[in-house]
Amino acid sequence: MRKLFKFHGGVHPPTHKTESSRTPIVQAAMPSKLVIPLHQHVGNRAVPTVQVGERVLKGQIIGRPEGRLSSAVHASTSGTVSAVDMQVVAHFSGLPDLCVTIIPDGKDEWIAHSGMDYKQTPHSELRQRLREAGIVGLGGAVFPSDMKSYSHKHKIKTLVLNGAECEPYITCDDLLMRERANEILRGAEVLRELLYAEEVLIGIEDNKPEAIAAMRQAVADDGHARMEVIAVPTLYPGGGAKQLIRVLTGIEVAAGVRSTEKGVQCFNVATAYCAWRAITFGEPLLSRIVTVTGNVERAQNFEVLLGTPVDELVAQAGSKADTYKHIMGGPMMGVDLPSGAVGVTKATNCIIEASQAMFPPPQAAMPCIRCARCAAVCPAELQPQDMYWFAKGKDFGKTQEFHLFDCIECGACAYVCPSHIPLVQYYRFAKSEIWQREQEQQAAEVARERHEFHMLRIEREKQEKAERLAQKEKAALAAKPAAPTPLPVAADPNADPENTLQMRIDSAVAHSNMQMRIDAAAARAKEQVATEQPKNTDALTPQQQAEIAEIEARRAKFHEIASHPGADDESPKQ
Amino acid sequence: MISALLVMIGISLLLGAVLGYSAIKFKVEGNPLVEKIDAVLPQTQCGQCGYPGCMPYAEAIAKGEADINLCPPGGEEGIRKLAELLGVDFKPFGEGAGPRAKAVAFIDENTCIGCTLCLQACPVDAIVGAAKQMHTIIASECTGCELCLAPCPVDCISMQTIPQHIGNWKWQYPTHSIVQVAAR
Repeated sequence: MRKLFKFHGGVHPPTHKTESSRTPIVQAAMPSKLVIPLHQHVGNRAVPTVQVGERVLKGQIIGRPEGRLSSAVHASTSGTVSAVDMQVVAHFSGLPDLCVTIIPDGKDEWIAHSGMDYKQTPHSELRQRLREAGIVGLGGAVFPSDMKSYSHKHKIKTLVLNGAECEPYITCDDLLMRERANEILRGAEVLRELLYAEEVLIGIEDNKPEAIAAMRQAVADDGHARMEVIAVPTLYPGGGAKQLIRVLTGIEVAAGVRSTEKGVQCFNVATAYCAWRAITFGEPLLSRIVTVTGNVERAQNFEVLLGTPVDELVAQAGSKADTYKHIMGGPMMGVDLPSGAVGVTKATNCIIEASQAMFPPPQAAMPCIRCARCAAVCPAELQPQDMYWFAKGKDFGKTQEFHLFDCIECGACAYVCPSHIPLVQYYRFAKSEIWQREQEQQAAEVARERHEFHMLRIEREKQEKAERLAQKEKAALAAKPAAPTPLPVAADPNADPENTLQMRIDSAVAHSNMQMRIDAAAARAKEQVATEQPKNTDALTPQQQAEIAEIEARRAKFHEIASHPGADDESPKQ
Repeated sequence: MISALLVMIGISLLLGAVLGYSAIKFKVEGNPLVEKIDAVLPQTQCGQCGYPGCMPYAEAIAKGEADINLCPPGGEEGIRKLAELLGVDFKPFGEGAGPRAKAVAFIDENTCIGCTLCLQACPVDAIVGAAKQMHTIIASECTGCELCLAPCPVDCISMQTIPQHIGNWKWQYPTHSIVQVAAR
């Protein structure tokens, strides 16, 4: 039996997992439209590569990754692009973001795709495949997996596969492990190969005995070496990467340190599954398992095409009439969806239909009584009450002294707070204020540099202008010797001795060979005469000369008439 | 008595020499306070403070000639930082001199005649263009100082506030509605 470790704190919220884990995964019905956001991952938003009216095939890239940290976005089924525009997305802000809307044609026609043998393929190619297949962390962080699947600087000893699924209500990883354990483990082998990791530890909370059994069976069946399925105690937030690494290996990943520096990398089980599909079959990430639970008739897991509107998905589970909001994710860290029209994204592991009875509106916050229960449950070992105090007073420097940025926003502190203070909201507020200030500071730095360069440029231009003028003057003075008049070689005795320009010219002129200059100037003058262009009145044909004479005569006549006004009433007015 | 005097004189001469030497050797170029003040200022170079740029304003503050509440783009936060830096009391903005929403300049390209006057006015070289060519603003570099508005002979430059989007959205301060618990 492997020795397990403990992380600090943690809470035991009611799990509510059995509601949705009793039935197998169901394929969700084809939706009437797909609203696929182009920013479903950490990093840069994908750039749309399709236009309205274009027919797309299942698996076709509709958003190409932009920059190093980005991921591709694909059409989840074949159909016609009906819009590329700003639509409301699953985000805390409720603001719109760029989405591609596809009307499915029902044929579900695949684009040409082929797999590769990961053992025969260079790692760079495998990572490129992961990037183009849009594989991101499906545990909720949606970090591009290609960026996580290498470590040049540090030797990776342990690959941790995260099947803990600690948040209440969510069972999508549980069902995936029960039903597709073999493929998850093969995906783990791919990731182990990419990372040159020695051992694979699969952490699953002990409230999922079926999943643990299925995974253990699969390890034994396929004969995976140095791969172990470990039941970890059920304790929220035991599924946080740092917490799970701590429990499995005893390694404490300090603030600002990546787990790879300690020789550990962590992936979600669903990510491993999708990585396997992408490498071996060339199937990009087009669908994911989503738990639909809460205030519904049939809580269960669906395999859902990315972009499926949440309204259409929850209808299949029989959403009850008194549902007043949809929560994406779990009740602890989830997002209240701004609308049911938003599309399912790669981060959507669960949709909880909330009724007033199940999720009553938050109680009014009371003053902090400094009971420090939040500090007792904080898995990051912070002092939440102090961070709250300073965030409330907008003393952001102090919040950072209390390590605000180590907070994983798990919500354990707010869960136990007897005063019902929305602690996490304060931390998020403080974090975003600090980020904004940093951005402003950076912008100010850039502006300062640009302004300094601007001033420098103006100064330089002034100087250059002065130099040009001086040169011109000098050239003018130097050119004078070419004239037939006596040379102004000698310095003007009346010149101001402090006239440095004059002095420079004098010395320059004195040092040059005067005779040579005069000869050169004379030659130039001669050349000009020789190459003088003929005037346009030279070399005219007799006909042209006649015309000119006629015109001249007419002009003379007009002049005559004009000089004697009144002599002829019909004279043309000038 | 004499020896004591000599010792004191000797010490004072020695210390004087050390101080004099270090005054020359470790001379600080410029006023470090000015740089610290300048680091707090938002670098819009807008001149709303009445000085031709952030550095001149910083110099004026350091000399005690200018108040700390003259920089609208810095906001109240900027005044607070200056007050903390200089050890003086916070001073609110004067009447109607508060900060405005952040905006960037926008050139109506149909109206622009390509006179280059705005190019010369821009303190951060954020306008691209040449004589008799259409000009345009590099929005990411624009500090929103509005110095290009006045010189434009055809009034084709306007300030556009930056709309909120997912990229610049931030969490609001948690607020709660007050619930009446008992009728009076």
